[in-house]
Amino acid sequence: MFKGKKVLCIGERDGIPGPSIEKVVESAGGEPVLSVTQCFV
Amino acid sequence: MEDQGIIKDAVDKHGTENLIVVLGTPDAESAGIFAETVTIGDPAFSGPLAGVSLGLPVYHVLESEVKEAADPDVFEEEVGMMEISLDVEAISKEVSRFREKAEEIEDAG
Repeated sequence: MFKGKKVLCIGERDGIPGPSIEKVVESAGGEPVLSVTQCFV
Repeated sequence: MEDQGIIKDAVDKHGTENLIVVLGTPDAESAGIFAETVTIGDPAFSGPLAGVSLGLPVYHVLESEVKEAADPDVFEEEVGMMEISLDVEAISKEVSRFREKAEEIEDAG
């Protein structure tokens, strides 16, 4: 499902940080184009 | 709040086609707020995504769809501990609710 897809990785400090999401997405064949580790609300 | 601007910039740059959002929020409530923001728009109507329905497909990194697609060793190393400590079922239920709404937005558009 990630093959050929660009992915926005939106991590959170109290949960899973952006870089960890990036690695999981890359291992699934996705292309992370943004990685943040914050709360945006 | 400032991340809404970063997300909007990324969407403007890459377009919504072939773009997926993956969240790392710690609970169902925050997952729902993030998911709503990137599908229907900012629920607080205060950030750059207020009134902006991006309709992006949204997943949480711990959802089964992501786990099945990922390398098992990488998944275990990066998020294995959080999979045990967080309420994955509640988070998945909330995020999938907004994923369905994103599909409705895409179908309508």
